[in-house]
Amino acid sequence: MFIFIVRRVLQTIPVLIGVSLVVFLIMQMVPGDPAVLLAGESATEEQVNQLRSQLGLDQPLYIQYFDYIKNVIQGDLGTSIRSNRPVLDEILVRLPVTIELAFWSIVVTVVLGLLAGVISATKQRSLTDVSIMVAALIGVSLPNFWLGLMLILYFSVQFQIFPVSGWGTFAHIVLPALTLGTSGAAIVARMTRSSMLEVIRQDYIRTAKAKGVKQRYIVYKHALKNALVPVITVVGLQFGALLGGTVLTESVFAINGLGRMIVDAIRMRDLPLVQGSILVVSALFVLVNLIVDISYKFVDKKVDLN
Amino acid sequence: MTSKEILKVRGLKTHFKSGKKVVKAVDGVDFEVKEGETLGIVGESGCGKSMTSLSIMRLVDEQGEISGDGVYFKDQNLLDKSEEEMRSIRGNQISMIFQEPMTSLNPVFTVGEQISESLRIHQGLNKSEAWKRSVEMLELVGIPSPEKRAKQEPHELSGGMRQRVMIAMALACNPSLLIADEPTTALDVTIQAQILDLLKKLQSEFNSAVIMITHDLGVVAETCDNVVVMYSGKVVEHTHVDQLFDNPLHPYTQGLLKAMPRIDEDVDELYAIEGTVPNPDNLPKGCRFAPRCPIAKDICHEKLPELTPLESGSKVRCFAYTDEWNKEESQNGDINKEAAPSQGN
Repeated sequence: MFIFIVRRVLQTIPVLIGVSLVVFLIMQMVPGDPAVLLAGESATEEQVNQLRSQLGLDQPLYIQYFDYIKNVIQGDLGTSIRSNRPVLDEILVRLPVTIELAFWSIVVTVVLGLLAGVISATKQRSLTDVSIMVAALIGVSLPNFWLGLMLILYFSVQFQIFPVSGWGTFAHIVLPALTLGTSGAAIVARMTRSSMLEVIRQDYIRTAKAKGVKQRYIVYKHALKNALVPVITVVGLQFGALLGGTVLTESVFAINGLGRMIVDAIRMRDLPLVQGSILVVSALFVLVNLIVDISYKFVDKKVDLN
Repeated sequence: MTSKEILKVRGLKTHFKSGKKVVKAVDGVDFEVKEGETLGIVGESGCGKSMTSLSIMRLVDEQGEISGDGVYFKDQNLLDKSEEEMRSIRGNQISMIFQEPMTSLNPVFTVGEQISESLRIHQGLNKSEAWKRSVEMLELVGIPSPEKRAKQEPHELSGGMRQRVMIAMALACNPSLLIADEPTTALDVTIQAQILDLLKKLQSEFNSAVIMITHDLGVVAETCDNVVVMYSGKVVEHTHVDQLFDNPLHPYTQGLLKAMPRIDEDVDELYAIEGTVPNPDNLPKGCRFAPRCPIAKDICHEKLPELTPLESGSKVRCFAYTDEWNKEESQNGDINKEAAPSQGN
């Protein structure tokens, strides 16, 4: 187990190097010269050149890259061109917001999704089952920003239960978390249902029945634990996606998260900030996947991790 | 013959409805098991022997409908019991061992946990008491270093080991009746013998009655006291094990024995009963074996014979043992001369 974890952690290193390289190269291909942009329209050719060499932009690409990596390893992601503050500081201000939002969205996904999936599977072909599956289909199809707007319209404007936008209290989290969690919950519900239906047909479920185990325990203990493996995969991927890709929802609810910051940075050609935040998001994604892989082993020790 | 009947099955039927078709998997089965007895149920695949055992436990899928005059376990009709009452009987008073030890244990729980579960449900033991008892049970079924094994998950054990675990689980609450559904079919021959020996030993220790479901007549000879032969959802013969081998009554049983290769005979081609088992959703009108029967007369194709008790104590479902037989015009001759298994000449 320990060896597996160490090996799995080491495997993330080439992935991260690859990601940094890709991000670095894409940034180079983006049209527009950051030095020109930064120096302003009134700057002379000389001033621009001076700024360029100051930023190291006149060096060959590989040297720029190695310098960048060297700094990253030392915890220096560069300085934001716009705000002139360290990129890492900028990210660390926004990251907790995004993580909190992603966490509660995943809670919605897991709780709603598992419950709906299990109920659906145990009442296969009933009206409940059909209703849940139709709801799941709708949930998967709804665009996030639209769902967010509708939730605001009903729960904030009409019934005034939750605040319209902003961040700070738990009440602020409810609507965005519901918005982001719904599609995940729909996917998890469908996944859980099919996984449970498969498990319920297995011989060991019959054995449990022959032992006189209560139906409830058969479903939630014997069957669910076996059905969880594919569900964990989906939840992990969802969580990873939520860490980087909640731009629309953050915009709808005016939340200052990582997603919005990245979009703003791209618009402003704030190269170091874009690079740094994408690197951090990728690293988090890799970390989540690592956790998912390790958790397989805890659910089902038979899973071959090599 | 003096001991008490622990299980009495009367007219048990399990029918599956799919659309307009009705599949009669079990169709009016009668037999009884006495205390401490081992009753074999034999028959080929699809004859309803496994379904009979699942019906006794009321573990048939929702689509299957169980009916009949009664399944009396210690004089209580199991068909009248609520699901809740059935749960307290399953695994406690009646236990089951299944054919596939590789898949019959839950892969995500340790074997100790799985044995403990029965004990905690039925005997109200706490976690550590149940665990202790589970380890004792593992030791009893001959698993070396049981304390270590109890903490392992099924995939760490071999097939034979897993079947021992299943036996430990089934016997944990000291049931009065153990139903073993082809317990050795999936195992190597050497392991088969070990498991059968173990079952026999534990049966006398626990004084449980056993229903041994099998298609292997060797297993029957090895373990059973009495034998029920099933064909197409019905009992065709119920007899003592010695009688079964020395003097099989039903033409189907005779065919089965004839089809068994013998060590003291050298034949080029093994005997096979002609034809195939009838489709359970399209059964013949008369005796279900009639289309394959070497001695069938007209009456066999028209009427279904009853399970008739004979003087010897055996029961058989065949017109050849009734008065009606002699009234019929003989087509193929007398049963005992031609259809009886050849005795090594």
